[in-house]
Amino acid sequence: MTTRLSPQFRFDGFVVGAANRLAATAARAVAESPGTTYNPLFIYARPGLGKTHLLMAIGHAAQAINPALTVEYVTLDDFVEAFHTAVGAGQGEAYRRGFAEADLLLLDDVQFVTHRRETQAELLRLVDQMQTAGRQIVLTSDRPPAEIESLDERLLRRVAGGLVIDIAAPDYETRVAILRRKAEERRAQFAPGVLDAVAALALDSVRELVGALNRLVAFQAVGDVPLDAAQARLVLGVRTIAPDAPAAVPPDPGAPHGPAAELRPPARASASLEAVPDEFGAFLSEVADTLTRQVEGWRQRVEEAVARWEAQGYRTARLAGLLERGMDIDPAEALAGFVADVERLQALETEAGALAEDLAADPVFRDPDAVAAAESFLARAREGVSPPPPPDAIWVFDDLVESAGNRVALRSARDAAAQPGAVYNPLVILGGSGVGKTHLLHAIGNLLLAAPGAVVACLSAQDFTDELIEAIARDRVGPWRARYRRVNAFLLDDAQLVAGRDRTQEELFLLFNHLLEHGAQLVFTSAEPPAAIEGFEDRLASRLAGGLVVQLPAPEREVRQAVVERLLGARYEKVDAELASFLAGRPAESVRAVQALVQRIEAAADARHAEPDVALAREVLEGAAPKPVRAASGVRTSGVSAGGFRSPEKSVWEWPDLGERLIEEWR
Amino acid sequence: MSLVNFTTREITCKIVYYGPGRSGKTTNLQYIYGRVPEGRRGRMVSLATQSDRTLFFDFLPIDLGSISGFTTRFQLYTVPGQVYYNATRKLVLQGADGVVFVGDSQARRYDDNVESLQNLQENLLAQGVDIRQLPVVFQYNKQDLPRDLIFSPEELDDALNFRGVRSFGADCLHGHGVFETLKGISELVLQRLAAGSSAA
Repeated sequence: MTTRLSPQFRFDGFVVGAANRLAATAARAVAESPGTTYNPLFIYARPGLGKTHLLMAIGHAAQAINPALTVEYVTLDDFVEAFHTAVGAGQGEAYRRGFAEADLLLLDDVQFVTHRRETQAELLRLVDQMQTAGRQIVLTSDRPPAEIESLDERLLRRVAGGLVIDIAAPDYETRVAILRRKAEERRAQFAPGVLDAVAALALDSVRELVGALNRLVAFQAVGDVPLDAAQARLVLGVRTIAPDAPAAVPPDPGAPHGPAAELRPPARASASLEAVPDEFGAFLSEVADTLTRQVEGWRQRVEEAVARWEAQGYRTARLAGLLERGMDIDPAEALAGFVADVERLQALETEAGALAEDLAADPVFRDPDAVAAAESFLARAREGVSPPPPPDAIWVFDDLVESAGNRVALRSARDAAAQPGAVYNPLVILGGSGVGKTHLLHAIGNLLLAAPGAVVACLSAQDFTDELIEAIARDRVGPWRARYRRVNAFLLDDAQLVAGRDRTQEELFLLFNHLLEHGAQLVFTSAEPPAAIEGFEDRLASRLAGGLVVQLPAPEREVRQAVVERLLGARYEKVDAELASFLAGRPAESVRAVQALVQRIEAAADARHAEPDVALAREVLEGAAPKPVRAASGVRTSGVSAGGFRSPEKSVWEWPDLGERLIEEWR
Repeated sequence: MSLVNFTTREITCKIVYYGPGRSGKTTNLQYIYGRVPEGRRGRMVSLATQSDRTLFFDFLPIDLGSISGFTTRFQLYTVPGQVYYNATRKLVLQGADGVVFVGDSQARRYDDNVESLQNLQENLLAQGVDIRQLPVVFQYNKQDLPRDLIFSPEELDDALNFRGVRSFGADCLHGHGVFETLKGISELVLQRLAAGSSAA
């Protein structure tokens, strides 16, 4: 259980005088290089002389020099209590380790270690561990180690082995300096001589001095005229001055001088300060004192809130303004409002983080005065993560014709779609141009899309790159990533196109890992095995190869037949079986080539206002009708005439059923 | 009533002296009035019957000046103690920041004290105020009377102050305990200023 360092206790608020110079110097040395100069550093002083202030100042200064430093501040009582709790919860060792691993341990009020043998043993172990590891420990006590009753001899020796130093009561000059500093902090102004007079009183504890000053501040605040020195002493109810006070206490000329001088009521003292009991004056003083404490309490709470939220990275301009303006609105409401805004920012940040991790790091989520900006930022982010491009609905699985060659690919695709992310992940479909990879990819996508709540992204690698480029140009890479990271299935067509595009491959690699980790189905098509593509990163290629790679071959006859029949059937009432067979019998490297074939026949038929038949097909595809002599001669045509090629395609591919003809000629 | 107005930088504390009839509530205010410098007190409004019994209520505004940047005012009220003025008591009690219960130390007035205390609790409850949440102090007046006629503050604490709030023996006629009581209730009321400021 560690306590946060009070923001008020820093070196710049610590008034250094002869009585504490050595302690302050040692403390600064420790703060500047913890664990190397005085370890352990033991500071002792009577209560109210600034031990805790100095201890926390060390922590602040050390952290300012090295923000990564782990600083733990704890009072001995809290240390013991938390240790007992930790032991009770079976966490004793973790608790010990937590302290022993601190770079700087600040332990306050160790005099309470008296008669606590177990605590002393823990402390001894801690000091040993920290010294061995070169970590700094600073202890404070209200008495020197040797005077701490029943202190373990070993612990005493360890402590004495470092630097033991005391803070004495402040001398007169230091007291004046302290009072002036505190008065400045409270923005209070006193008549000349008042603070000197207070410093001259027999108050040698800084805490008492500050208490006296508070009382004066409060009393003067309600008075009509500023207090003079004599009135100040009367307000404080002190009728003697300190033995070490200077002989002259200006500026009241009527006041007596010298030690133990009895103070006369001041000449200008109002009736309320005369010997007759001034009940109202005393009442007023107490009320003012109480109220001042409350107002100081507000200030302190706001200061603490500032320190707390700043430490968490939030901007605290609103609270700082509240302090500067002297609480012009209810601090409780202001703090509650601030906390509400921080909580709202945290909620927005969480949502942004769910969209894209890097969005959550945006500074807009750290300014409670700009919640609207954060909301607007998130709204834009949400827009940026509109649904990814879905598969095209026209590509359905039922249109695919299963053949011996594509059976593995089609069945794997069905299985992958039936159990997304579970069986073949990733599924990589290889095949040449026009063999139906895109059709199969979108068909898988449509199957996946049928599942309730499914978000399926199906796009070409070129579109993927284009989107990325646009996102970079608009500084929207985060939302763009988020758009794809929330899908259940990611299907990328023509993956070979990412080759040589480093940033696309980088994003694809990250997306791949993210989706795979989240059980999303991944399907890729590629013209070639990725590993064989130049410019395709190995890490990506190996991941694709790690799933199932299937080949989609050139369409076989039954596939071609089905395609031709479907195309003709879509156009004409009755499909000419002979024509369909003729067209299906022509070799084609791709479904796309079959489609082109059918379209040519249909166009020719349209030109003649007739329905297509085999004769027309032969004429269109082979030029003129075949001459019998050619068939009888057995001379094979090369498809080349004097005028060059008859057809844009190599004429051998236009021969009707080349295989049969070859067999016939062979016979 | 809002205790602190941060916009106008004003603090206003309404303190009500409550108790049975003739217990010394008005005497408390009169004594305070006599001790407050003229420039700091408003006119004391006191509506009394011919026999000096409070008919309506006493009101004493006190201006404490600017404290830590806040113009601070105390408004002291008394309620009529007689049973039949309950409507007035309810009215005066509204928005009270603190209550001084002025008990009569005379043994023969014990039942009146109990009855008035019950009445205080009922009236507060009727306004939705839990007496446990409101700053309350007890003042046992007339401690100057012969011992055999009165209960001591300790005895009265045992009998009435079962919640253990702060209590003061007093002789309001001569001013003993008057300002101590006022200080006591003021401190409790002012401490509440910070009670709601622990949100962060």
